[in-house]
Amino acid sequence: MEQRHVNLILIAILLIAAIWIDLPQNPGIKIGNFEKRFETVLGLDLRGGMQVILSVPPEVSVTQQNLQDAAIILENRSNALGVSEVVFQTAGERIIVGEFPGATNAEDVINKIRQVGQLEFVDFGDTPFPEGTVIETDFGITESSTPESPNPESTPTATSTETSTPEATPEASPTPAPIRYHTVLTGRDLKSVGVSRDTLGRYVVDIEFTDEGARIFKEWTTQNVGKYLGIVLDKRVISSPVIREPITEGRAQIEGNFTSESANALAVQLRYGALPIPLNIEQIRVVGPTLGQDSLQKSLLAGVIGFIIVMLFMGIYYRLPGVVANMALLTYAAITFAIFKTIPVTLTLPGIAGFLLSTGSALDANILIFERLKEELRNGRNLRQALDLGWKRAWSSIRDSNISALITSAILFWFGSTFGASFVKGFALTLALGVMVSLFTALVVTRAFLETAVFDLFKDADKKPGWFGL
Amino acid sequence: MLDILGKRYIFFAISLLVIVPGLLILAINGLPLAIDFKGGSILELRFPSGNLPNTESVVNLYTELGFKEVQVQTAISANGQRDLLVIRSPFIDDETKIKIVETMRERFNAPDIVVNRFDSVGPVIAQQVTERAALAVAVAALAVVLYITYAFRGIPHAFRYGVCAIIAMIHDILVVFSLVGIGSIFFGWQMDSLFLTALLTVVGFSTQDKIVVFDRIRENSTIYRKLPFEKLANHSIVQTLQRSINTQLMTVEFMLLALALFGGVTLREFAVILLVGLFSGTYSSIFVAAPILVVWENQEWKTWFRRQATA
Repeated sequence: MEQRHVNLILIAILLIAAIWIDLPQNPGIKIGNFEKRFETVLGLDLRGGMQVILSVPPEVSVTQQNLQDAAIILENRSNALGVSEVVFQTAGERIIVGEFPGATNAEDVINKIRQVGQLEFVDFGDTPFPEGTVIETDFGITESSTPESPNPESTPTATSTETSTPEATPEASPTPAPIRYHTVLTGRDLKSVGVSRDTLGRYVVDIEFTDEGARIFKEWTTQNVGKYLGIVLDKRVISSPVIREPITEGRAQIEGNFTSESANALAVQLRYGALPIPLNIEQIRVVGPTLGQDSLQKSLLAGVIGFIIVMLFMGIYYRLPGVVANMALLTYAAITFAIFKTIPVTLTLPGIAGFLLSTGSALDANILIFERLKEELRNGRNLRQALDLGWKRAWSSIRDSNISALITSAILFWFGSTFGASFVKGFALTLALGVMVSLFTALVVTRAFLETAVFDLFKDADKKPGWFGL
Repeated sequence: MLDILGKRYIFFAISLLVIVPGLLILAINGLPLAIDFKGGSILELRFPSGNLPNTESVVNLYTELGFKEVQVQTAISANGQRDLLVIRSPFIDDETKIKIVETMRERFNAPDIVVNRFDSVGPVIAQQVTERAALAVAVAALAVVLYITYAFRGIPHAFRYGVCAIIAMIHDILVVFSLVGIGSIFFGWQMDSLFLTALLTVVGFSTQDKIVVFDRIRENSTIYRKLPFEKLANHSIVQTLQRSINTQLMTVEFMLLALALFGGVTLREFAVILLVGLFSGTYSSIFVAAPILVVWENQEWKTWFRRQATA
């Protein structure tokens, strides 16, 4: 078996895999815990949606950790809103980019994500609440009418001092909503939060209070051993730890069935109930769903028309090699699209443009080779020699020109990622991937196809210069 | 054989003819920077009824809210109706946008206004983006020269090839700027991030083109050692001409033409800039980069200000 046959088989396997991934209804792969779905991810400009860029004001110093934490908190808050597939990413040193596919009503989203997260330690009495329960507390309401010092007489029912709903007792109503629970401490009373492991190796969250916080906490825990002290963020229960013993030294440990991740997540929420850094809205982009749909259809149409014209040209001008190049071009398109679905690459309008341009680059390699091939045939070489020389001589210019295209893409990608200009990034990524795949198809696929065509299928091709456009 | 290099000064003149008018427009009117680079807002509203309010009343509405320098345009939407209102203003936040849309619904008796697009860029980020954009172009150019100098290290004056590629690249950038200058007058084009993407692509592909021509010179210089450089370069250009025409004009330009004609409004400006820019990239490798190499080799500037005995 000759090299071209081995290559042909490998290409066939690759192509089958690529086409399978390209299928619109691809079921994905599931082996044990490993699951991989292949989906076409469309960017906001094609499906409609909103992009918000938030930045830290220049006078505030910020660490990468701050920015990451803020992005996580924002994402959690937005997901709680029920907007699906919200993504918050950090870009560069001071920027967070939020993307809300499908959302065009920016007001809700922005108001919610901007709200200050209020962390409270709430007296739950004897009843722990499951995570996520929404409750009401007296924090912020009692401030005006009652002294801020905690109420040492807290009863298990924890009715607030000025509750206006007389029927609100835990016994009377199973839903906690109408009851106002008493807030013992707030996020302002925390000094530091960390994660450690106890003697048994379990993850615990360590809290240290400020002096004032420690005093209040000591008083409260002394009188409420065995009761539940709820940790509540924006009126939503995060966890309901039980008080085992009076805590006097201003430190506390929250135990639970934590994994490293969940312990850290809780620590982040405790530490930054509010966002760790102030953020300003720097940029908002909203694309209506119909505009996106329209752009998608039009650019796809443009792509198909472009492809057909180019393939016609190749076939007519370069004859047999042109037809072979067209097959290689289709292989290229199938593989590239499969890669887009596998990574996955978010397809945007510039992304599609980048892909179409890399198609040009794929053809460029073929054209360089075929022009060489023709030259060598004109110089009287036989087909086998001409094929060898065509690829060998064209290689240096293909290599150099593709490397320079990759350099440009890399710089564009860097530019796009530092500024949340995700469409520039999308363009650079599709262009770079396209250029790499095009190198492969020009050097391996076209060659294997063409050699098979002239040495196996049409053995008399050597005597038919017309097939090569001569 | 086709004598391209002999007419090099004619081609230089053609390039100037293309570049100068657009640059003059830019020099007079200033760069038509979009909100990406100078900050501001674009609000695109669709009035399904087709009853667009007049420009003045929209500007008044903005003025009441304290925004000056508001521009209002109408546009044709996807369904062929002139029912789009495009309003450019200084940076407005989301609350203001909502207020504006609400007020419009009442005042213009159009409860079914749809927000088609809303872009708003703050001045701080815009400035940062501009700085980085300039840096990105500069870094790309530098990286490419270094690579060319490296790739052509085997032949004499490798550095010249890098410099000539850069000169031709600047030529292409100027052509693109000139085009945008002309487009800004006739079609209201602006320089936005998509423009920058197009520009950087032109830079990348322009170099790709130069490399193909230079590569042929590199190869031929080892074959025809005795030939004068001008003949050698001309020979190389003619040899690669077919490829240049086929790749650029037939394939890439077809793709872009399809994109410009059918690709929807969003991509039209982008596609046209790429179309012209990439054409300029091909043109400049044959008619600018290689000729300058020859000018450099012959050190022709010594005779520029003398009467030319042999034209």
